[in-house]
Amino acid sequence: MTGQSHRLPQGGLIDRAQTLSFTFDGRALSAHPGDTLASALLANGVHLTGRSFKYHRPRGLYSSGPEEPNALVTLGTSGRTEPNIPATMVEVYDGLVARSQNRWPSLKFDALAVNSLLKPFFPAGFYYKTFMWPRSFWCRLYEPMIRRAAGLGALANEPDPDRYKHAHAHCDILVVGAGPAGLMAAREAALAGARVLLADERPAPGGHLSGETIGIDGKPGAAWAGAVADELAAMENVRLLSRTTVYGRYDGMTFGAVERVGDHRAPDSSSPRQRSWTIHSDQLICAAGAIERPLVFAGNDRPGVMLAAAARSYVNRYGVLPGRNVVVFTNNDDAYRTANDLAGAGARVTLVDSRAEGEVAARALLPAGVEAHYGEYVAGTKGRAHLRGVTLASSGRGIACDLLCVSGGWNPTIHLLSHTGRKPVWDEATASFAMTDPGDGAFAAGGAAATFDLGLTLREGATAGRAAARACGCRLSGKADIPKAGQLPAYGVEALWRVPDAMSKAQGSFVDLQNDVTVADLELAEREGFGHAEHAKRYTTLGMATDQGKLGNVNALGILSELRDMPVAQAGTTTFRPLATPVALGAIAGQARGRDLRPVRHTAMYRWHESHDAVFTQAGLWLRPYYYPREGEDFAAAAAREVHAVRSSVGMVDISTLGKIELKGPDAGAFLDRLYINSISKMKLGRTRYGVMLREDGMVFDDGVVARLGEDHFFITVTTAHAAQVMQHMEFCHQVHWPELDVQFCSVSEAWAAIAVAGPNTRDALARCVTGLDLSNEAFPFLAAGEGRIDGAPVRIFRVSFSGELGYEIFAPAGSGAGVWRAIMEAGEPYGITSFGTEAMTVLRVEKGHVAGPELDGRTTAADLGLGRMMARKKDYIGRAMAEREGLVGAGRQQLIGLKPVGKDGALRMGAHLVNELGAVGPDVSQGRVTSAAYSPTCGHFIALGVLRDGRSRIGERLYAVSPLHEEQVEVTVTQGVFVDAQGERMRV
Amino acid sequence: MRYSLSSILRNAATGHKHWPKQWRQPEPKKAYDIVIVGGGGHGLATAYYLARNHGLTNIAVLEKGYLGNGNIGRNTTIVRSNYLCPENGQFYEHSLKLWEGLSQDLNYNVMLSQRGVLNTFHTPAQRDAAIRRGNAMRLHGVDAVLLNREEVKKLAPAIDCSPGARFPVRGGLLQPRGGSVRHDAVAWGFARGADARGVDIIQNCEVTGIRIESGRVRGVETTRGSIAAKKIAIVVAGRSTLVGNMAGLRLPIESHVLQCFVTEPVKPILDTVVSFGADHFAVVQSDKGGLVFNGSLDGYNSYAQRGNMETLESVAACASSFMPCMSRLRLLRHWGGINDMTMDGSPIITRTPVKGLYFNGGWCYGGFKATPASGWTYAHLIANDEPHEFASGFTLSRFETGLVINENGAGPQPGLH
Repeated sequence: MTGQSHRLPQGGLIDRAQTLSFTFDGRALSAHPGDTLASALLANGVHLTGRSFKYHRPRGLYSSGPEEPNALVTLGTSGRTEPNIPATMVEVYDGLVARSQNRWPSLKFDALAVNSLLKPFFPAGFYYKTFMWPRSFWCRLYEPMIRRAAGLGALANEPDPDRYKHAHAHCDILVVGAGPAGLMAAREAALAGARVLLADERPAPGGHLSGETIGIDGKPGAAWAGAVADELAAMENVRLLSRTTVYGRYDGMTFGAVERVGDHRAPDSSSPRQRSWTIHSDQLICAAGAIERPLVFAGNDRPGVMLAAAARSYVNRYGVLPGRNVVVFTNNDDAYRTANDLAGAGARVTLVDSRAEGEVAARALLPAGVEAHYGEYVAGTKGRAHLRGVTLASSGRGIACDLLCVSGGWNPTIHLLSHTGRKPVWDEATASFAMTDPGDGAFAAGGAAATFDLGLTLREGATAGRAAARACGCRLSGKADIPKAGQLPAYGVEALWRVPDAMSKAQGSFVDLQNDVTVADLELAEREGFGHAEHAKRYTTLGMATDQGKLGNVNALGILSELRDMPVAQAGTTTFRPLATPVALGAIAGQARGRDLRPVRHTAMYRWHESHDAVFTQAGLWLRPYYYPREGEDFAAAAAREVHAVRSSVGMVDISTLGKIELKGPDAGAFLDRLYINSISKMKLGRTRYGVMLREDGMVFDDGVVARLGEDHFFITVTTAHAAQVMQHMEFCHQVHWPELDVQFCSVSEAWAAIAVAGPNTRDALARCVTGLDLSNEAFPFLAAGEGRIDGAPVRIFRVSFSGELGYEIFAPAGSGAGVWRAIMEAGEPYGITSFGTEAMTVLRVEKGHVAGPELDGRTTAADLGLGRMMARKKDYIGRAMAEREGLVGAGRQQLIGLKPVGKDGALRMGAHLVNELGAVGPDVSQGRVTSAAYSPTCGHFIALGVLRDGRSRIGERLYAVSPLHEEQVEVTVTQGVFVDAQGERMRV
Repeated sequence: MRYSLSSILRNAATGHKHWPKQWRQPEPKKAYDIVIVGGGGHGLATAYYLARNHGLTNIAVLEKGYLGNGNIGRNTTIVRSNYLCPENGQFYEHSLKLWEGLSQDLNYNVMLSQRGVLNTFHTPAQRDAAIRRGNAMRLHGVDAVLLNREEVKKLAPAIDCSPGARFPVRGGLLQPRGGSVRHDAVAWGFARGADARGVDIIQNCEVTGIRIESGRVRGVETTRGSIAAKKIAIVVAGRSTLVGNMAGLRLPIESHVLQCFVTEPVKPILDTVVSFGADHFAVVQSDKGGLVFNGSLDGYNSYAQRGNMETLESVAACASSFMPCMSRLRLLRHWGGINDMTMDGSPIITRTPVKGLYFNGGWCYGGFKATPASGWTYAHLIANDEPHEFASGFTLSRFETGLVINENGAGPQPGLH
């Protein structure tokens, strides 16, 4: 383990009593609790931390926050591999594994750094002008090359073993940022009685105070912050979320946030890694601080160039000296604190200020021994893997240094104020885009409000807290208690978008560090007509890196406005979009990952099916038995056996997944009359009827059974697929079209288990278990509905059949479903009762010519399906008017027909199309298609239902059923669509 | 300036100081033969093909913001022609063929990447629907291949093909010629091509009214003054209903938000465009390395180009389940575009009851991939006052006659398509 060469002997908010070990690119290094990966790397003298995206230039730590563009690392191994994580946001724990990325073979010697030499050929937008010759080279050579070079880190193609959780929080006031403004806001709002949620992305409160020497109320800033946070934590109406990033604001004051629950310690599956919060608030106080701007000059990207405030935070917060010979280059007073703090920590400091000396009040603050240059710029840098020196613009003098601190001013962090569409405006005084009017329910305070004085920040936070509390109905008492802050120099920023010299060295002057966008790129973009901020972004990839332009965008806007000769205020910004900071998709998914993506719906009889070796199939969210293979049976053999059982004796199938809706009220019949194409209100009590509904556009929507259980009482079944949609449709019709109808209805799909029993022995089998209902043909004829008991449970029994056999549908309260199923099984045992799955069900209904999902595909009319005679003429119903349009009734409609292969052994396949001749291609070639196909054990050959252009007039015609996907063609004969018991006698016995 | 090896070498040697503007920034003239309302992909393509195919150049394209700021710049960049309905099949296949030659035609590399578009299926019923669609494609003359689970796994190893998945993959329908295109480049390439042929592209010029006298168009009112026109072509998908209102058109269109998402860039993990058949999720990895994806509509009518968290959460759930390695991939950004959703899920390219006024819109999810064919056929309609054969079904009257082009069978609820 190497020593911590850059660790200061004292200072910082780290625990020096404990030492942690971690690795970077396999090298073992040490750190202390309180370190970030960034501070630990610096402490160990690691300055080269990454490679840039396009030119693979060596890069070092640039910041100390989430805006870090350079020091992106890959954490973890195998399924826990996580690319592109800013080292500045990683808390070191014992055993942490980090790797640099986007380099090969190593960080020091990266082969693709050759791209840098090809820079003259690769300016912004070069792709659009080139790689076109010869044409075939694009997909064979150029694009594969570009794709291989893409990306920063790499994912491991393994499942993520960690857990994530979703949580919801409700509050009156969401305060984002626990720095001085946020703490004051939260405190004042909480004292007024508001329910406050205070979120901060760091492990400890204090914001930038933790990296400063300035105190509050005579205490160090971090200590003051800790005390306020303790006070807040003790209040019942306050919730503090640390390590929590609020990443997005959505309509209706809804916010997304992610809490990093376990990322700061060794992986551990016992608690979630991250928790995703949906926060519903009444008011927002954005106290997210500000982000320092870089300065743009030649060679401004070398390892060793760092934001000024970041440099002093490494000293003050982490006890690390990032450089011993330091140049501070600034256009504002704030960086004087950096000069001060670094000099205090023992560095030799030279200050370069772009402003004229007379304008700088802060010069009095510089400690003795700091050499200062005014009206001067850094024009260039030296060094490769690490900075060795800088050159000044006007004097041409070189200064040897190992750290160059830059400050181009500050940008307020206003993402959460902008996500819902509000645009920031240019503030001349602070040379920044600020949200001067955050809109209803939103406040900004401190750095986020472009306030860079600590005393004002504390006051502004308190004021925002009180105003937000008042806005949500709290009563305020007394005056805000504003603590006394230490004095800061005036800010005094003078915008400097690029040093004048950057013009001649535009190719080496970086505006967007990660994406390697240079001043030359912006110039080219403007030259070619892409000067608009949005065009420049898209043309150069400016601001599209993982920091989303937090660092470089305002400089770029300034440069573009200079190039276009317009005020920066007029140039405007690009659109702020969520996420304010990137978040792992797994965290946003929460629990809904993998097997828990969506709930699984089981019927009441699921356990029985499982214990009887059912093979299940998905039907929406349901799992349904597909078939029940017995020893040695394959899919086809099992289905054939199950079909045979129904045709020859008795079988039963779980149909609990059907949608079920119960209706009551004097107008229930009239209501259903308007929904179904056939008449319902004239049905007799204790009867059922097959019903068909249309959509508004006249196409068939759904079909099912309607049972009249009382004068004002109906029970209907709808298809599994449309259960929810039919319910919605009915709600819509009742609430919007006919609110005057006195009818109540409710989905009871989950309340009833349902079983269809069918086959010639069904009555005899059921008679052994049904009580309280006479099942004889006389007492309970075809289409009758009645109530009885099975296994002690009350059941509803409808005599209906989709198989064409004597059949009953039995509905039992879901809690009794399994018992009723077993009771019927037992009663049917002497008849060899057989459970069957959805495949046999399909075969049975195709044999009988019944339509189902594949025929009701939303494009067929009732007439197409041969159900035209059901359409009542004397009443109006949904879809009737539209069903009469010429396109729905004219010639050329595809109509339901049956199909059988010309040769007995031809196999038919669903999804095959019907064509007159083989080999033709074109829009009119397909005459129709096979909708449902099955091998019919009853017929001894394949049968199918299909739709065919003018099909009903083409019975007997020969066609081909083709499946080019399978290179199959089968000659077929068009038939009537019923293959078994065409007279319909068997179900009436 | 034509882009060629020699112009590139020349510019590389001189610091790229001599590249001209890719299009002019002209002041609007008082009158044009044709005014195209909307400087998005379709409007610019229409202008380009009017000039290229029909020799018409006295044309202005009016754009209220910067060119290409609508759906052309905010989609998932996917192109394909895997449609079921024959009208859509022939139209989108024409479009794909135009895509295949577009970089050369425009002398602008739009970076067409034909790495295939795969739709997975998860149930027997979905398999049958995929076979139906794949066969329809083959009979339309479009490429389609049916894959089993092992083949899906081989093509896209990042997909969870295990039997333990919540919705186990059974197979997929692949269109090998499908893929993606660098979307912004399409707008720029068409703009540059149209401009070079003399079309005026006028940005920051919002149309505020359409002048109609005795049933015929006379011109438009704009934020930059009145402009007379013999023919006016509306092509503003996302705001169709608003601009249609200016001419008294009541359109069978609802405006819905569709969100798009992009992750941080990572090394190549997904070569093909894939969509998850068990839910709403389609994803492509860009040449820059980001995974770009979308889900379903947010579910309410809106003109705001932003969406909400329910869709974000649902899409994240699908992403990290369908491609488990995405769980630790960080989402960078998401945004919304406004889809013109029609009553049958298919577009409208048509004359209107007003003489000289044409309408193009209602693109639902298909707008980006339609761009070249939309421009091609719309230009034909405007130039000849007769529909192009490949777009002759995209009428307004189909909603009256019932001869709708119901691509997924969802019926007259635009939000369900």
